[in-house]
Amino acid sequence: MNHQTQTPTDAALERLIDQVRTAQAEDCGLLIRGGGTKDFYGGALTGQPLELGALRGICSYEPTEMVITARAATPLRELEEALAERGQHLAFEPPRFGTANGAQGTVGGMVAAGLAGPARVAAGGVRDFVLGVCVLNGRGELLRFGGQVVKNVAGYDASRLFVGSMGVLGVICEVSLKVPPIAAACTSVELACGQAEALQIIHAWTRTALPINASAWHADTLRVRLCGAVAAVNSGAARLVKDFGVQVLENEAARRYWNALRDQEDAFFAPRAQAAPCPTLWRVSVPSVHPPLNLPGETLIEWGGAQRWLWSNASPEKVREAAAHAGGHASLFRAEARRADFFAPLPAPLERIHRALKKSFDPAGIFNRGRMYSWM
Amino acid sequence: MNAQVLNDPHAAAAWVARQAVVLAALEKVLPSGALLHRQEETAAYECDALTAYRRAPLLVALPESEAHVAAILKTCHGLGVPVVARGAGTGLSGGALPHEFGVTLSLARLNRILRVDPLARSATVECGVRNLAISEAAAPYGLYYAPDPSSQIACTIGGNVAENAGGVHCLKYGLTLHNLLRIKAYTVDGEALEFGSEALDAPGLDLLPLIVGSEGMLAVVTQVTVRLTPKPQLARCIMASFDSVEAAGAAVANIIAAGIIPAGLELMDRPMTAAVENFVHAGYDLQAAAILLCESDGTAEEVSEEIDRMRAVLERSGVTRMEISADEEQRLRFWSGRKNAFPASGRISPDYMCMDSTIPRRRLAEMLRAIEQMERKYELRCVNVFHAGDGNLHPLILFDANDADELHRCELFGADILETSVRLGGTVTGEHGVGVEKLNSMCVQFSPAEREQMFAIKRAFDPDELLNPGKAIPTLHRCAEYGKMHVHRGLLPFGELPRF
Repeated sequence: MNHQTQTPTDAALERLIDQVRTAQAEDCGLLIRGGGTKDFYGGALTGQPLELGALRGICSYEPTEMVITARAATPLRELEEALAERGQHLAFEPPRFGTANGAQGTVGGMVAAGLAGPARVAAGGVRDFVLGVCVLNGRGELLRFGGQVVKNVAGYDASRLFVGSMGVLGVICEVSLKVPPIAAACTSVELACGQAEALQIIHAWTRTALPINASAWHADTLRVRLCGAVAAVNSGAARLVKDFGVQVLENEAARRYWNALRDQEDAFFAPRAQAAPCPTLWRVSVPSVHPPLNLPGETLIEWGGAQRWLWSNASPEKVREAAAHAGGHASLFRAEARRADFFAPLPAPLERIHRALKKSFDPAGIFNRGRMYSWM
Repeated sequence: MNAQVLNDPHAAAAWVARQAVVLAALEKVLPSGALLHRQEETAAYECDALTAYRRAPLLVALPESEAHVAAILKTCHGLGVPVVARGAGTGLSGGALPHEFGVTLSLARLNRILRVDPLARSATVECGVRNLAISEAAAPYGLYYAPDPSSQIACTIGGNVAENAGGVHCLKYGLTLHNLLRIKAYTVDGEALEFGSEALDAPGLDLLPLIVGSEGMLAVVTQVTVRLTPKPQLARCIMASFDSVEAAGAAVANIIAAGIIPAGLELMDRPMTAAVENFVHAGYDLQAAAILLCESDGTAEEVSEEIDRMRAVLERSGVTRMEISADEEQRLRFWSGRKNAFPASGRISPDYMCMDSTIPRRRLAEMLRAIEQMERKYELRCVNVFHAGDGNLHPLILFDANDADELHRCELFGADILETSVRLGGTVTGEHGVGVEKLNSMCVQFSPAEREQMFAIKRAFDPDELLNPGKAIPTLHRCAEYGKMHVHRGLLPFGELPRF
C-alpha cells in the first residue's frame, strides 16, 4: 500500500472490521446504523445492528480546494455548520430528516440514501459531489476509491457507486465531498397557475439565462428560486415581475419554505392517516419536460418537472406503468406496507449485473439484506 | 502480425489460423467492407495517440449499426476472442491498443445524431459522433455540449465516456459524467443495457458512473444522451503575470477561497510561455515566472461582477501585470498560446511525452520544484501547463525518441511525476485514463485489495475478461514485479516497507 491508501485504523474501525468478519463467518445479516433517520425509506430493516456512532468527525477540510472529508457518522448538521463558516455548502441541499427521539442524519446515511433537495435540478445530485469514499466490504477489507480531487479517472469509479446504494454493497466509513461556494444572492418569486401551465413556464424560464436554482408547484402556485451573482439575481427577478407579474417572496419566508420542502415538513407531506382509504406517497422521477401525469391524487412538482410527489390510491402497477411510460420510474416514499417492492423493478439484464456486483462486494450477502430489493 | 510472433514460426502459424477462424465467423454476420484483416488495412489501428506502443490485432471490425455491434460481440464471446473498442483513436494512454489475439471494434461508423431536444436541453447521439459535432448540432438552439477536451475536433463522445474526459471548462461545467443523462451499451455477450435515464435518476444502483471512465472494459457504449448547456452570452479572460510559481499558486487558492468558480483557470510556466510565444506571437509576458488565464462567462452583468471580483483577488495576490480581454478577438488571442501548447512543444523538441495527473491545487509550487529536480536527475527538459482550477497537471517531457536512452529516461521521469502526484495527495490520471501507460503507477495508487475489488467489479460484467483485457487495472503479479524493480533502483522512498 502506498502513502495515500494506507488507512490507519483505530479502535472504532477495528471493532467494525471484527463485526463484519464475524458476520461473514456466521452468515449473519448486518443492518448498518447511522442516525436511523431514513428507516422509513427503502425495504424492510433486518439483521443485527452495526452501529457506526463512534465513527465520527471531520478528518480534513480545505476550503481553498473545495473539499471536505468526514467520517460516516458525523452529523450532517455539524458538517454543514463547518462549511457555512467558510461560505461553502453541499450544493445538492440534502434533506435533514429528524426522528421523534431527536436522532440526526449522518454524512454516511446521506450518501447511502442519495437523496437531494430542491437545488438538485440546477446543482447536480449527491453523486456529482462525492469525490471519494473509504468503505468496508463484506470481506472486512477497508478500501479507498476515488480521492480528494475532482479530476480523477484512475480505475473504476467505485466511489460514486456507493451513492444511493442503501448500504447493500458495504459500510461507508469516510467520504470526501466537493463543497462549492454559497451563492452571492438568492431571491424567490411566486406565480398563480395550473399544473400544465407551470411546467411550460418553468421550461421556458430555464431556457433563458435566468439563474434558476429551484422550483416547486403545488395547489396552483409555482414558486421559483433564483441564486447566483447579485446583479443577475436582482435583474432576473425584476424581469419576471415586469413580464409575468410574479410576487417576490420575503427572504426569511422563502428560506423557511424551501427548507420545509427539503426536509418534507411542508404541509403537503403531512401523513394523511385520517383519509380513508389511506393514500400512499410516491416519488415519481420522470424527464422534466413530460406533461402532467395522468394519475389520480394530489401532486407537488419539483426539479422543473423531474421529481413529482404524489399522494394516490392508484394501484402500484398503475403508478409504475405511468412513470415507465413517461420514461422514468416511481418509488414508494413513505409506505409501511409493501416494503418488499419499494423501488421500481429492474429489467432482467440489469438485475443480473446487480446480483453480480453485490456478490463482488459482499460475497456472503451480509449487508442490509432486503434494504434495496428483496433479492439483494 | 507482430514482430515477436513473426520470429516464432509456431506462434505465427497459430496467429494466422486463429485469424482465419475468427474472420470466417464474423463474415457470417457482417457485410463485406465491415472487416479488415490485411496488414496494410489494419496498420492504422495498431495504436492510438500513444504511438510508442503498437500492436496488430487479428482483425478490425467496423460495424455500422447496433445490430452489427451485438453480432460482433456475440460471435467473439462464443469464440473467446478479446474485443478492444475504439473511437477516433485520439486516446493518450493506449486504451485502444489492440490485443494481439483480439478484434479491434471500431465504432467510428456509428456516427449519427439521433435527436436534439432543445426543450429538454439534451441530445441523443451514436457513440461515434465527434464531441464538437454535438455542439455544432446544438448551436442553432443557443445550446452547446460543455466538456471540451483539447481533441474535441476529432474525439468521439463514446471515447469521452470511456475516459470521463474533461477539458479547460470542466471546473465550472463538470466532466463527461456530469453532462450525461443516459447511456446505451452492449455487454460482452451482446446484450443491450441502459444506464441512467432521461429522468434525473434510475432505480437500483447508480451504474452510470461505473461505466463512465471504465475504458471499454465493462461494456461497449453505442448511444449516449448528453445534457446540453445554454451558450453563455459572453466570455472575458484575464491574463495575469506572477514573478513566482508560489505566488501564482496562492492566487489560484485565493480565487477559490473567495467563492469564485471561473469558467477556466489555466497556468503556464515560464518555459512553456517562451515556447508558445515563439509559436503564436500573442504578446505573452516572457518575464513572468507563471501566467494565469482566468476566464468568466455568463450574462453581461454576471461577467462584469465576476471579472471585478477576480481582479480584486489577483491584485491582492501579488500579480505583476494584468490584461483583461476587451473583445472576443483578444480573448481568443490570450488563449491561443495555451491551446497550442502541444504543437509549440513539438517545435522545440523532436518528441515529447505528455503526462497527466492531478494534485491538490495548493501543492502546485511543490510539484513544479520537484519537476525541476527531476529535470536535473533525468537530464531532460520539462515544460508545464496546469488546469489550475482543478489541479490537473500536464507536464510535457521533451526528448528524442531516436535515442533509446532518452526514451527510457523519459519513461522514468514520467513515472516519477505520477508517483510524486500520489504522494502529494493526488491521482495518477486526471483525464487521459490509465490504459497501458499507467498500469505500473496504479500499483502505487491502489492497494492489492482495492485492485482485486476492481477486478471483481470487472468480472461482474465480463466474467471471462474479454473486453479490453490487460488495461487499466494491473495484476498482483505485475505490481510485484514493478515493486521489485522500483526498490532496486531506489525510486520508491521507504523501499524496505512491505507493499505488495
